[in-house]
Amino acid sequence: MTDFINALTQDNLSYLLQGLGITVAVSLLSIIISLILGSVVGIVMFEKIPYFSSLVGTLNNIVRNLPLLLIIFFSYFALPQIGIRLPVFWSTVVAMSFFEAAMLSEIIRGGLDAIDKGQFEGARSTGLSNRQTMTHIILPQAYKKMIPPLISQLISLVKDTSLASGVVLADLTFRGQVVYAQNSHFIVPVLIFMTFCYFIVNYLLSLLAKHLDRLLA
Amino acid sequence: MTLFNHYSALFFSGFGYTILASLIALVASLILGTFFALLQLSKKRFLAMLGNAYVQFLRNVPLLIITLFFYLAVAKVIKMTGFVSGTVALSLYTSAFIAESVRAGILAIDHGQMEGALANGLSYGQAMSRVVLPQAFKVALPSLGNQLINLVKNSSILAFVGGLDLMYQGNLVAASSFDTFTSYLVVGLFYLVLTLPLSYVMQYLEEHLQESR
Repeated sequence: MTDFINALTQDNLSYLLQGLGITVAVSLLSIIISLILGSVVGIVMFEKIPYFSSLVGTLNNIVRNLPLLLIIFFSYFALPQIGIRLPVFWSTVVAMSFFEAAMLSEIIRGGLDAIDKGQFEGARSTGLSNRQTMTHIILPQAYKKMIPPLISQLISLVKDTSLASGVVLADLTFRGQVVYAQNSHFIVPVLIFMTFCYFIVNYLLSLLAKHLDRLLA
Repeated sequence: MTLFNHYSALFFSGFGYTILASLIALVASLILGTFFALLQLSKKRFLAMLGNAYVQFLRNVPLLIITLFFYLAVAKVIKMTGFVSGTVALSLYTSAFIAESVRAGILAIDHGQMEGALANGLSYGQAMSRVVLPQAFKVALPSLGNQLINLVKNSSILAFVGGLDLMYQGNLVAASSFDTFTSYLVVGLFYLVLTLPLSYVMQYLEEHLQESR
């Protein structure tokens, strides 16, 4: 217990909580970008445009089957070699968005596939354009079906930001490592505190999911 | 290509460790996951709560933190290498996801199967292991397959604790050759050799099993 009190002094605590802020910022940016990108890719795969859709589908499959850690390292260490040099915060956001967009697009395509074909025909025959049909009729229904898998993907996104500590992004996990490097007695208290932080963020996300589910149902 | 020739021994050794870690974690997490799925479905409230707590806790905590916990805290009490602590963490983490898949599989099996088996004189344990679980695994196969793919990808976490796996060796090659781009590209290809065939098999099984039901 004394280890706890010694490890989580006010200085250390505010240092760690700033790290949590970075974790949340990376997560939020990646969630927004990957939702947009993932929707576009998901719709392209769903529309079955000759050649293009299957090409996108194959690329998507490749990205989905790579470890996220590799993509994070690639975007920070390898991209500078071809002239793309990003600060660590943005290289992490790019890597996370890229990977998560591939995961989300598969969920979105699945959700679109589950919508009855009659919905398209009905909307088109009442005079809506193709795009209007998509944005006003199909997507709202599809999103409703996708919410449970989407949220669990977003929860793993938040957890996975911890991998960016490997490229020295000063997030919660990295700052935790800095704190317990001072004193080996701090390891367990700091790890427990970090676990608690991630758990709270993810728990709030799952509460949001329940709320959305009830709102839309 | 010259980079690959030069460092192929490292890449292949890493590849071997990645496969080894994945196989060990797969077996361990299937056993643990099934156990905790049964616990979650237990009629005894306390046991069900215990199973739920285990699954919810592990699902909401980053794998990296579990790995660091074993590597830094547990390894002090019980001596183990980075490879072992990483594989243990990987097994526990994956078991929570497998428990969810198996639980869903068991719930999808008609109650009559259990009742029929019990009425035929089988004990609860026999009915579960001989009648319900085999069917439940069949239902859960697609999602178990996805967990296996995730497991192979997640094994890259070993790189954080000196686990000698593919990602770890990739980092070494990148650092010593200065050609990070090619090094990570080769690492990516090695992972794809494992995961892409798995994902196509899973897609096939998913379609095939849906027809047979």
